[in-house]
Parts: sequence; structure tokens; C-alpha cells
Amino acid sequence: MKKLVFGAIAAATTALSPVGAMAQTEIQFWHAFTGRLGELVAAQVEEFNASQSDYTVVASHKGNYSETLNAGIAAFRAGEQPHILMVFEVGTATMMAAAGAVKPVYEVMAESGAEFDPDAYIGAVKGYYTTTDGQMLSLPFNSSTPVLWVNRDAMEAAGVDPDTDLSTWQNVDAVLEQLKAGGEDCPLVTAWQSWIHLENLSAYHDVPFATKENGFAGLDTELALNGEVQVAHLDKMGEWAKDGEFIYTGRRNEGGANFRAGECALFTESSAGYAGIKAEAEFAFDVRPLPYWEGVGNAPLNTIIGGASLWVMQGHDAEEYNGVGEFLAYLSSTPVQAQWHQDTGYLPITAAAGDATRESGFYDENPGTDVAVMQMTANEPTANSKGIRLGSFDQIRGIIDEELEGIWSGDKTAQEAMDSAKERGDALLRRFEQANM
Amino acid sequence: MEKRVTFRGWLLPLCLIAPQVIISAVFFFYPAGQAIWQSLFIPDPFGLSMQYVGLGNFEFLLSDKFYRASFVTTAIFSILVTLASMIPALFLAVLADRLIKGSGVYRTLLIWPYAVAPAVAGVLWLFMFNTRVGVVSWYLGQLGYDWNHVLNGGEAMGLVVVASAWGRISYNFLFFFAALQAVPRSVIEAAAIDGAHFWRRFFTIVLPLLSPTTFFLLVVNVVYSFFETFGVIHTITSGGPQQSTTILVYKVFSDGFVGQDLGSSSAQSVILLIVVGLLTVIQFKFVEKRVHY
Repeated sequence: MKKLVFGAIAAATTALSPVGAMAQTEIQFWHAFTGRLGELVAAQVEEFNASQSDYTVVASHKGNYSETLNAGIAAFRAGEQPHILMVFEVGTATMMAAAGAVKPVYEVMAESGAEFDPDAYIGAVKGYYTTTDGQMLSLPFNSSTPVLWVNRDAMEAAGVDPDTDLSTWQNVDAVLEQLKAGGEDCPLVTAWQSWIHLENLSAYHDVPFATKENGFAGLDTELALNGEVQVAHLDKMGEWAKDGEFIYTGRRNEGGANFRAGECALFTESSAGYAGIKAEAEFAFDVRPLPYWEGVGNAPLNTIIGGASLWVMQGHDAEEYNGVGEFLAYLSSTPVQAQWHQDTGYLPITAAAGDATRESGFYDENPGTDVAVMQMTANEPTANSKGIRLGSFDQIRGIIDEELEGIWSGDKTAQEAMDSAKERGDALLRRFEQANM
Repeated sequence: MEKRVTFRGWLLPLCLIAPQVIISAVFFFYPAGQAIWQSLFIPDPFGLSMQYVGLGNFEFLLSDKFYRASFVTTAIFSILVTLASMIPALFLAVLADRLIKGSGVYRTLLIWPYAVAPAVAGVLWLFMFNTRVGVVSWYLGQLGYDWNHVLNGGEAMGLVVVASAWGRISYNFLFFFAALQAVPRSVIEAAAIDGAHFWRRFFTIVLPLLSPTTFFLLVVNVVYSFFETFGVIHTITSGGPQQSTTILVYKVFSDGFVGQDLGSSSAQSVILLIVVGLLTVIQFKFVEKRVHY
């Protein structure tokens, strides 16, 4: 009898408890951030939840970028997709092609009536996620662009003036030689080699990475990364690798550990490396714009972004989409964006957030933190520099990584490697075109 | 006369084999059937549409010279993993079998690595051989050897082989150890009286008596190296440098779960299924003849 009573109470409480929560609509938000970035996202979500009583955003970490995209896709197939899914820039074409699975952000914002001004967003950031006729498909969330990080102490130790002009690769070339001669074991290291030394290199010098406006103008695009500018740059890097002036550490951002430990002098990495470098580096460092080849193409034009955007998934109620709209509007608001930009080194997604940061004196106190913003916005993007939109891009990057390793190890010339990358990548592009006809 | 125990009726035997049949159907036949079906299509990642391409996925794969090259990589990898996991296991089992005291402790310690998940094992080995902070690579550096599996394909292959074989040594050890215990003492003692020394006894008596176990382990380890090693490769090399550690099953995994190309990934699983099926048939047809039960 006693058991029965307990059982009844237990049943009654479980039956009752959701009623209290029913008043709030739950919004599922899947992201790929851990560590410091994970904490910052959690703080944003908490603040949003506390700021109003209609919606509760539930943020869940689903692994790294690739894993998060996979989790979202698998969940969609099972009919259990989240409302908001974080997708890295490489997955953009995959998401765009899946018209039945995603609800464009401009539509969500219009229907929910949340505050939304497409013109408030920085062109170079928003362009990556906007259709050719100007409709925003996903909300830029964390965007960064590659810059050059300099270990001033290492420069000095090798007898090189840390204030040397490093704005062009010609200058860097000379400095690398001096560093090596000065006893530096690791003059240059990089993260995300394809993104920095091919995709951004192409945009920066105003040459195409792929035909059809880098894929923006159609699925029938082909890679153009075996052009003269790219091959010349990789040739030079191959030489540096051979001479021990460029040290290859891996396909992702493995090199960050070497740089933060003070073992390397120069490091090409995302501007978002700021949080980690600031926290760990026990040496004087500064940020410089990404170098360019003087006299080649239209350099320096502008660099392009990397990072992720937030996609809204199909298949939920209108009331829930209202909540999604409110949350996205909150994320775009000036104080939230300015704080995010200052905490992480990611670019502000709105011009207002950039201005607010400048007015607060943050750039004066933290010299170099505005380098990325200026580099991105210095010039009006051309068809070659507004971004890259290729299907199966994650796999294509894998192919590029393999071919680049062929150059670094001396097995292939830059021309051979890039010709092969084009041939193999084009085969995947044709498959993607076929799958999404 | 042979004595046979038979069941009366059908119900009981059917119930007894039902669990195995159901498990095989749900976890093997159904997914395998799905893979064969999907290999005929190019679907989009979200499952919104599918295009029938017949054998197009297979054509696409077999005309790719990098895919064909990965057969060779897989063969090298599988042979190395099988050897590297069976020979040390046999050696350790023989040593443990000779122990009189404390064999329980050794046995437990030797089985331990089997409890480590492949991906975790991969991370452990990666740490030890990390080009910057790895203990082993540091010692190698002291000896004047510059370890760099990030760019050196041979070293990368060696590393994934060791990491894949390590946990398997425990599994193989268990089987060899049990089989050694079953070798009749009288035969060995008789040989000893005839003056055969230890290794002679081992090669002429023990090893042939172990052959059923060895054959079983050969089949099981080849299947393991073909199918279950992608976790280790994913964590250590991601198939690189260049394509030096891209084995067939890793390509199934990366094309399907990184590249979202489910059609090609399914076609690759079907090819892999055929390859391993053929290998097993060959093993039973030719190698098994040399096995004494």
C-alpha cells in the first residue's frame, strides 16, 4: 500500500512538473564550441534567457565543426532537428543546397517580427552567407580572418629587429632567412593551410580560387587554384619548408601549440587565435596584417572570413520560430556583439559593434586587435574576394591538404600538386552538382 | 554406433537459435541490405532526394586512381597489423604459460589494453609520438633520429599499425594462452625425454597443435584490421600525410561522415564487404587445409 502511494506521488509530480515549464517555449541550439568559447556562448544564452520569460534557449555542444554538422544532418533525417544549428563556413554550400531542410534567416526574421536590419551587418562578413540577390540565409556568428602573429622575443633572440616591416611576403622571405641564420629552429608555422595559403591568398590578390565567382554563381564551378599566383606562392613555401624556414605541423591548427609555447617566430593563423595566445603566451607578441606579394594582382585587396554561421532548421512551430528570431536579434545587438568581439578576437558582425568597441578604447588598450577588421574591410570585395561557396568543400580541403603535404615533403612540385588537386576536387564538384540538381 | 541427441519438435530449437538469428538480421543483414540499396543512388545529405545512378558510384570509385591505390595501402596495413598483433601475443602467451608463480597478475596486466577504446588508444599513441611534446619522439631526438610522422608516410604507417595492433595483442594473447593450456602435457614430456629442447618442442609440437586457434585468430584479425581501425586512423593521421594511411574503411568513414557523400560511402562498404568475403573464403579454402584439428 505504501509503495502504491509513493508511486502515485511520483507519477503525479512527473506529470505536473512539465506544466510549469510549458509556459516557456524551448529553443534548441547546437554548437561546436568548447573551452573558453563554450563558456562565452553559455553566458550569452544565459543572459538571453534571463532577459525575457517567453523562451528558453537550450545550448548543446555537439563536437567539433564537422561533428556538429553531422549531428544536425542525422537529427534532421530522424525528424529531431534542433531549431538553430551552427555550421562552419565550409558547410555553407551543403546547407544552401538543402532548401527543404533550412529556413532562411531573412524569412525567420520577417515572420517573427524581431528587429532585423540586413544593412547593419558588415558586407564582407554577411556576403559569405547571403544569396546573390542579397537575402541573408544564415546569421554570421563567429567570423575571423587570417593574420600574422609575431613572437617579438624570438625575433630579438635571433638578432632580427622585431619592428621590421612584415607587410609583404618579399620582406617575410628575407626575415625568415635571417631568423634561420640567427639560430631560430622554427621561423614560420601556420594553421589551416588551405584556408590561409590558398583561399585567402587568392582573394587577397584578386585571383579566382574557383570559377563562377568562387562558386557563388552556380554549382557548375571548377577549381582554379592551380593559377600562377597560387603556384608561385606555394613554390616559395615549399622552398622554405626544404630550408627549414617553414615548419609543417599538421592540417588543422596544431601549430598554435608551438607558437603559444614560444617555439616559433612567425605564425599565420586566424585572428580568433587571440584569446588563446593572450592567455598562454609568456612572450611579447603582436598582430600584423597577413602579408601579400607586392606587385602581384590587386594585392592587398581584402581577406575573406572563416568561422561559422547559425542556420535555422525547418519543421518547427511558428511560435518557436518567433523565439529563434528574438534570440538571433539579441545576438546581433550591439552590446552583445561588441563584447563577443573583444572577448574572442572574432570579427564584429555589425558595423555598430565595431564602432562601439573603438569608442570604448579597446583597440587603444589592445593594439593590433583591429588589424583583422581593417584588413577585411579595407576594400570593396570583388567576385574573387567575397568568399568561397563550394559543395563537398570539407572533402576538397582534405584533398588540398594531401597535395600540400606532397609539396612540403618535396615529393611534388607546386604545379603538379595543384593540378592534381584541381582534377580531384573537380570530380567531387561534379558529384555534388549531380546530387543537387 | 554414434550417439545423437536430438530435439523433439521444432519449437525449442527455433527459440534457442532465435536470438542469434534476430541479432544477425537486425545488426548485420538489414544494414548490409541498406548499404547495397543506397550504393545505387546519389542522395543529398539531408535525405530530401535521391537519384538513381545504377552502378555509377562504383564506376566513379574504380576510375579514381587514389581509390585503387588505397587497396594496396590497405593490404600493407592489414598484413602488418595482423603480424604485429599475433606474433607478440603468441610470444607473451608462451612466456606466461611457463610461469609457475604470479601468472594471474601477468595475465591480468596483459589483457588490460584490450579495455581501451580504439580512438582513446589512438590518442595515447599520438601523445607519445607527438612531434613536439611526445616522450618517445623526444628520446628518438636524443638518439639523433628526427621523428616526424606528420610528413613522413612510412613513420605514419608504422604509428597507426602499432596503435591498432597494441590493443589486439591482449585479445590474441587470451586465445593463445587458453590454447597453450590445452596442449597435452604428456606429449611434451615424451618429447623432452627424447631430448628435444624447448624451441624444438615448440615448433614441432606446440605450434601445430595451436593451428586451429592461429587460424581463427588470423581470420578475426584480418577482419579487425579491415573494419575496426578507422577510429585510430582518424585520431592519429586522418589518412595522411598525403594518402599514406588512407585505408579503405577510413575512406568509407570520411566520405560518409565528413564528406556527407552517402552514395559513394555505401558503394565503398559494398566493395569492402566483397573483398573481406573473398579473403575469408580464400583463407578457409587454402589456409585451413594446413590446420590440424
